[in-house]
Amino acid sequence: MKFAVVVFPGSNCDVDMYHAIKDELGEEVEYVWHDAESLDEFDAILLPGGFSYGDYLRSGAIARFANVMKAIRKAAEEGKPILGVCNGFQILLEAGLLPGAMRRNHSLTFICRSVALRVENNETMFTSMYEQGEVITIPIAHGEGNYYCDEKTLNQLIQNKQIVFRYEGENPNGSLEKIAGIMNEKGNVLGMMPHPERAVHELLGSTDGLKLFQSIVKYWREAHVVTA
Amino acid sequence: MYKVKVYVTLRENVLDPQGNAVKQSLHSLSYREVKDVRIGKFMELTIEKSERSIDELVRDMCEKLLANTVIEDYRYEIEEVVAP
Repeated sequence: MKFAVVVFPGSNCDVDMYHAIKDELGEEVEYVWHDAESLDEFDAILLPGGFSYGDYLRSGAIARFANVMKAIRKAAEEGKPILGVCNGFQILLEAGLLPGAMRRNHSLTFICRSVALRVENNETMFTSMYEQGEVITIPIAHGEGNYYCDEKTLNQLIQNKQIVFRYEGENPNGSLEKIAGIMNEKGNVLGMMPHPERAVHELLGSTDGLKLFQSIVKYWREAHVVTA
Repeated sequence: MYKVKVYVTLRENVLDPQGNAVKQSLHSLSYREVKDVRIGKFMELTIEKSERSIDELVRDMCEKLLANTVIEDYRYEIEEVVAP
């Protein structure tokens, strides 16, 4: 299985993401620059964290017009797994591939520490290796992770089980309904503020993020055994 | 030429943590009269005349990039100026 790590000017978690896939997951991975025309050769697309285009105007606001976004949109329509972490999540929101928007953390401070997350839906291509309701430890590192959407959208998210992760216990950033990660209705685009790529080895303090990537591989293998 | 002033603020129903912090700070400076503070962005655009309607142009820019209409409202003022 071949992963793409999309690199925008200002991405800074791209190397962590690459490392997680190559060395811990043991799958093929390549960096793809923000002006790439096509992502056809890849089976899954990863949008890493960072500060794309300096986060000028709003986080993700300028990145959403990068050339590669056309290819990401196409991959999303084709049903390929697309994971946006942190700034990657913010870009997916700005691009309208996921509903809602991000506000500054309610504390107005940048928060960088490990948090507890609850797996709210394990029937997804990103979470099938977790138990339903499993509490995992994953680091967060953001200043704008205070998720917001209107009531109608929130009801849809709840009804369609699109809320994939919630913060467990204390809500670190004021996020609506303690939302930490959501997916699209089709279930192939996931955005999350916590960094699973930073929790893939004992030396990093947690290996809980690895199962997310393993779930993607499992989904892909099963899909390709069926069609083979 | 046009000088366009664009104001972007968080929507009324969206909590503004920055505005709240500033309001509290004003209160602690004894400006008890302050009921609400909303923090936003102010942008000044200089735009050349073209065959496209300036109003439509600015609205398009706001909708597409300058504001995120999920959480933000925008308004703008257009002033026609003589090109230098």
